[in-house]
Amino acid sequence: MKMNGLGKRFLTITAASIFLAACATSETEMETVTETETMVPVVPAPDVMQTPLTPGPAPGTQAHLVATVGDRVFFEYDKAELTATARDILRRQAEWLRNNLDVEVVIEGHCDERGTREYNIALGDRRATMARNYMIALGISGDRMRTISYGKERPVAFGASQASWSKNRRAVMVVL
Amino acid sequence: MIKVLGKQVVTGFLPALLIGFLVLLFDPQEAAAVLNVDVTRGNVEPLPIAVPDTAPASEATTMIGSLADIGINIASVVIADLTRSGLFRSIDKEAFIEKIGAGSMRPRFGDWRAIGSQALVTSHVELESDGRIRVEFRLWDVFAESQMTGLRYVAPPQNWRRVAHLIADAVYGRLTGEKGYFDSRIVYIAETGPKTKRTKRLAIMDQDGANHRYLTNGEDLVLTPRFSPTRQEITYLAYYNDQPRVYLYNIDTGKHEVLGDFPNMTFAPRFSPDGNMVAMSLAENGNSDIYLMDLRTRRVTRLTTHPGIDTSPSFSPDGARITFNSDRGGSQQIYVMDTDGSDIKRISFGKGRYATPVWSPRGDLIAFTKIGNGQFRVGVMRYDGTGERLLTDSYQDEGPTWAPNGRVLMFFRQTPYNERGEGGEMSVWSVDLTGYNERPVTTPFEGSDPAWSPLMSR
Repeated sequence: MKMNGLGKRFLTITAASIFLAACATSETEMETVTETETMVPVVPAPDVMQTPLTPGPAPGTQAHLVATVGDRVFFEYDKAELTATARDILRRQAEWLRNNLDVEVVIEGHCDERGTREYNIALGDRRATMARNYMIALGISGDRMRTISYGKERPVAFGASQASWSKNRRAVMVVL
Repeated sequence: MIKVLGKQVVTGFLPALLIGFLVLLFDPQEAAAVLNVDVTRGNVEPLPIAVPDTAPASEATTMIGSLADIGINIASVVIADLTRSGLFRSIDKEAFIEKIGAGSMRPRFGDWRAIGSQALVTSHVELESDGRIRVEFRLWDVFAESQMTGLRYVAPPQNWRRVAHLIADAVYGRLTGEKGYFDSRIVYIAETGPKTKRTKRLAIMDQDGANHRYLTNGEDLVLTPRFSPTRQEITYLAYYNDQPRVYLYNIDTGKHEVLGDFPNMTFAPRFSPDGNMVAMSLAENGNSDIYLMDLRTRRVTRLTTHPGIDTSPSFSPDGARITFNSDRGGSQQIYVMDTDGSDIKRISFGKGRYATPVWSPRGDLIAFTKIGNGQFRVGVMRYDGTGERLLTDSYQDEGPTWAPNGRVLMFFRQTPYNERGEGGEMSVWSVDLTGYNERPVTTPFEGSDPAWSPLMSR
């Protein structure tokens, strides 16, 4: 880890002080303190921002899936074939499922608004199934993954634009 | 002279409420009438018609108001129906010279010619001893000075709207030579809430928006309702328990049941013309094919076996063929096959993609959604694929449904969104087969997936 001089010195003191508190009678440590004491900067220290750190999402949860490997893959317009990027994410999702063996998921297939309602229900089903079949090929049990198609009924992005449409053409892994 | 030619029990969707009869009020001069509206030409000059208030025969009052009030309401619904068809222009009642009373027999035709009227509908309402109302109307050719048709209806007072729609249907039928379509209903999907988490409810209303009510509570996603051509039933797609399946809904009892015991998603249902079968798609390992279920035996027959998507089946009115949507050729196109799944032919060959084929009740045309140039447009073509005509031009017009007479279509329209999620409104519209007279259909909230019922009195 790279640090500037001030930080390094400050850390040394802190580490030494903690060590000192734990072993107050040790001579060696007394010497260390004496040596580094002269290095304390006289400039006023900046205000310290303190933020509590949460333990992070519990393994096996949707939040953990999103934070660690991502919960969704995207498709081309009117296509259900898996892109290289999609396969990459699905491999990581499969790995995640191997690491969380008690988790069952549903894979949702979605479409953008540029197909008709009934056709998109079929297309969403095709997308979800492609994702599921790929993970079955990677060794994940099909019993742990069911699919559902929402067609174009559950968009996440709006705007008649490529940017929005591409976000809606997706298969999303949802932890049950 | 009033001569009873026939007697018809008016039943339909509300048999318990409207048990009446209908008689022809005959005029010997009827045969001489020449007045006619051509519905086959678009943008026709609307026929000027006068519809005075239905005259009350007495000051009697019913459980829903006085005969005078009922009479005013009936006339206003008749006027609204006829005007909405785009084929008629109602003459303002302020201009009327002659006052039509309950005792009036022959109108003073000169008074009606003087205000530019070509057709005149006179009517009156009486209270029967059993509490029902009796409504009689006559349609007059103002220039030929002759009666074109006349009918009598007897119904419970609360069914005055249906009486009005039946009068409008009779007037439309006599003047256009086509069957009317006003005594019919619409089932559709009512949409509320944010786009990412929409509440969609099955809703039903009269074709003019009256008598609106919800059939589902909105907890589960429901889509694509279709009316039975013969029974008080709707088939639709519902996501109950997150299992998308085709359901059958009985409008009279409010009961719904899943159709079949399929391991996977079923969707895109549609009734056969006799109401005894439902064609639908079944998805299996990512592939959707079309199946046919006999509602009496629950026997299921598979009709298509292609690895492409096969969906949106719709029967020809003789039940012999099915048109459907498939991407087996690489993109969404319209196909026709025999009802046993044989003799599959592609019929759409224009530029772009084609979806949601729906066979006209007249048999000659197939309505569709055309996808191209960033738009969805509703159009029609002959069932052999020739004579394509686009009827609408907007951002996204989708999912046509035919009026029972095959002259008018409804569909749903979505406006474009912007990046903030504004826009994207869904609404129901109607358009004439000629592409003229495009009008919004009023619904309490946003709406999509309209499906027209058959005529309620058949």
